[in-house]
Amino acid sequence: MKHNGRNVYMVSGGVTKFAKAIPKMDFRMRVKKAFDYALNDAGLTLNDIDGSVASYFADHFQRQLMSGIMVQDYLGLTPKPSKRVEGGGATGGLAFQTGYEEIASGRMDTCVVYGFENMSHVNTWKGNEFIALASDTNFDYPVGGFYTGYYAMMARRHMHEFGTTVEQLAKVSVKNHGNALHNPYAQSPMKLTVSDVRNSPMVANPLTRLDVCAMSDGAAVAILASEEKAFEITDHPVLIKGIGTGTDTMRLADRPFGKVPLLPNEKESDYKKLEYPGIHSFRAGRSAAKEAYEAAGITDPLNELDLVELHDAYTSSEIQTYEDLGLCKYGEGGSFIDEGKPALNGKIPVNPSGGLLACGHPVGATGIMQGVFAFWQLQRTIKKHFGNDKLQLPNPKRGLIHSHAGTGTYVTVSIMEAVK
Amino acid sequence: MTLNPNAKMEETQNGTEVYGFDPLIVKSHYEIDYIHSYAQDSEFFVALGHKKIMGSKCKKCGYVYGTPRGHCMMCGAETEWHQLPNEGKVHSYTTCYFGSEEFLPETPFHLIMVEFEGVNSLFMARLIGADAEDIYIGMPVKAKFRRNQRFLPTDVYFVPSEEALKAVDNSKNGKK
Ligand SMILES: [Zn+2]
Repeated sequence: MKHNGRNVYMVSGGVTKFAKAIPKMDFRMRVKKAFDYALNDAGLTLNDIDGSVASYFADHFQRQLMSGIMVQDYLGLTPKPSKRVEGGGATGGLAFQTGYEEIASGRMDTCVVYGFENMSHVNTWKGNEFIALASDTNFDYPVGGFYTGYYAMMARRHMHEFGTTVEQLAKVSVKNHGNALHNPYAQSPMKLTVSDVRNSPMVANPLTRLDVCAMSDGAAVAILASEEKAFEITDHPVLIKGIGTGTDTMRLADRPFGKVPLLPNEKESDYKKLEYPGIHSFRAGRSAAKEAYEAAGITDPLNELDLVELHDAYTSSEIQTYEDLGLCKYGEGGSFIDEGKPALNGKIPVNPSGGLLACGHPVGATGIMQGVFAFWQLQRTIKKHFGNDKLQLPNPKRGLIHSHAGTGTYVTVSIMEAVK
Repeated sequence: MTLNPNAKMEETQNGTEVYGFDPLIVKSHYEIDYIHSYAQDSEFFVALGHKKIMGSKCKKCGYVYGTPRGHCMMCGAETEWHQLPNEGKVHSYTTCYFGSEEFLPETPFHLIMVEFEGVNSLFMARLIGADAEDIYIGMPVKAKFRRNQRFLPTDVYFVPSEEALKAVDNSKNGKK
């Protein structure tokens, strides 16, 4: 697939602090706070915005349909064009890419992508039930619908295929919760050890409470612009160099056992015996990476990327995603974390913000939050926005954001590049 | 014609449960019965009453599905019903100690993905009759069926097969 549209830049972003429950503000107010932060940071006003994309996952959480237009209305963006985009956990990533398309197509010169989720209006186990309704309600949900259960089976199979260990999974939790100690937006920063993770309550073996992200209330906003407009707004925009989107079957049971779609840094002989994706890997993640790398001209992701913000709803999915993104070969995800490569000071920092595990996962906001954190990293403005520069990477040029739905049903990858 | 400035809404005793006043947080109740059609998947649920697990086979490319679907994802052609074996192996497994609200009372429970000989894809099910630490990938399992059907996919569930027991006995006796 070729992307022949106009160049698209991110020019500003805003995030609310994610929390388990913030009953004093509703979703509209939260988006408004993040939106105003982004507008002020770039010196923009409402008049500068051509249109918007609304990003939220579930109508069930608040029993409110058309929440998108309620936000559009509250922000004062009516009667400008807007639409809602939804795709489970990848909603934020898909909406971000829809904003990209609005600019790339020439329809808009500026577009605000706003994401939110209000998950605190139901208890945690009812929330899990709603999320599980995003599995086939004929065949999967009634068997004991529980996403951590599905991911546990995928993690177990990854361990079986490749020898991945529970300690390697736990290291992801230690890393991400630890990074978040310096991120004021994060919901659950924690200094942990591998044994803390293993000793926390078992949710669905092998995944413990600290292998799994939490539910949150939160909002995030990204403002995108055309090249001409972007440089009018700021002398430090970030180029969205390429996007990719992959999909896979709704039911885990339907995943085929075929061949790996190869990245430029891989050979067919690397995977002679591997039946792919089965339930050990995310074919949608691989397809998304492949498309985005082609669009951005990346042939050696490990050496051509400086940071990754990926969808670590589970520690196991972070390890699986290292492989889908080609940061290492399939089967090497466990040793990748053992070698410290995704650490803050490692070869390629993965989830320097703390990821979903530590920042929280207000679904519709999550993929946009990743965009905002990557944007600040590439602008080298982490100190300004976080109040400290502990997480600022020295001189990042290129970042990757990755958003992921269901059991790997929709996955987006977007590549962002510093312009100076 | 009625124009009554003294009209008054009738008072009720229903009231509202309040969790807190700052901000005001109230209980809002919702429930619904759906008229859910299994549509082209119906045969699967009916067949469980005859102790048969029905998958699908593509009429064109021959791909065999461990969970039925009306059309083939490989080539787009229509599939036909295809009876699956009542024995298979554990492809992967977990034990859920927490769950969605609906299933919380059933925790802990085991979920497995079943692989069947000669079938190209898997089937998700419950496993009973084994402790969490005794389940393993490759474990032989056999299907059992509820007598009183609920027309849910859990009308079929799996238990360890006699073969799995034999494997344990053999390893205890030092045989492979
Ligand atoms: Zn076919």
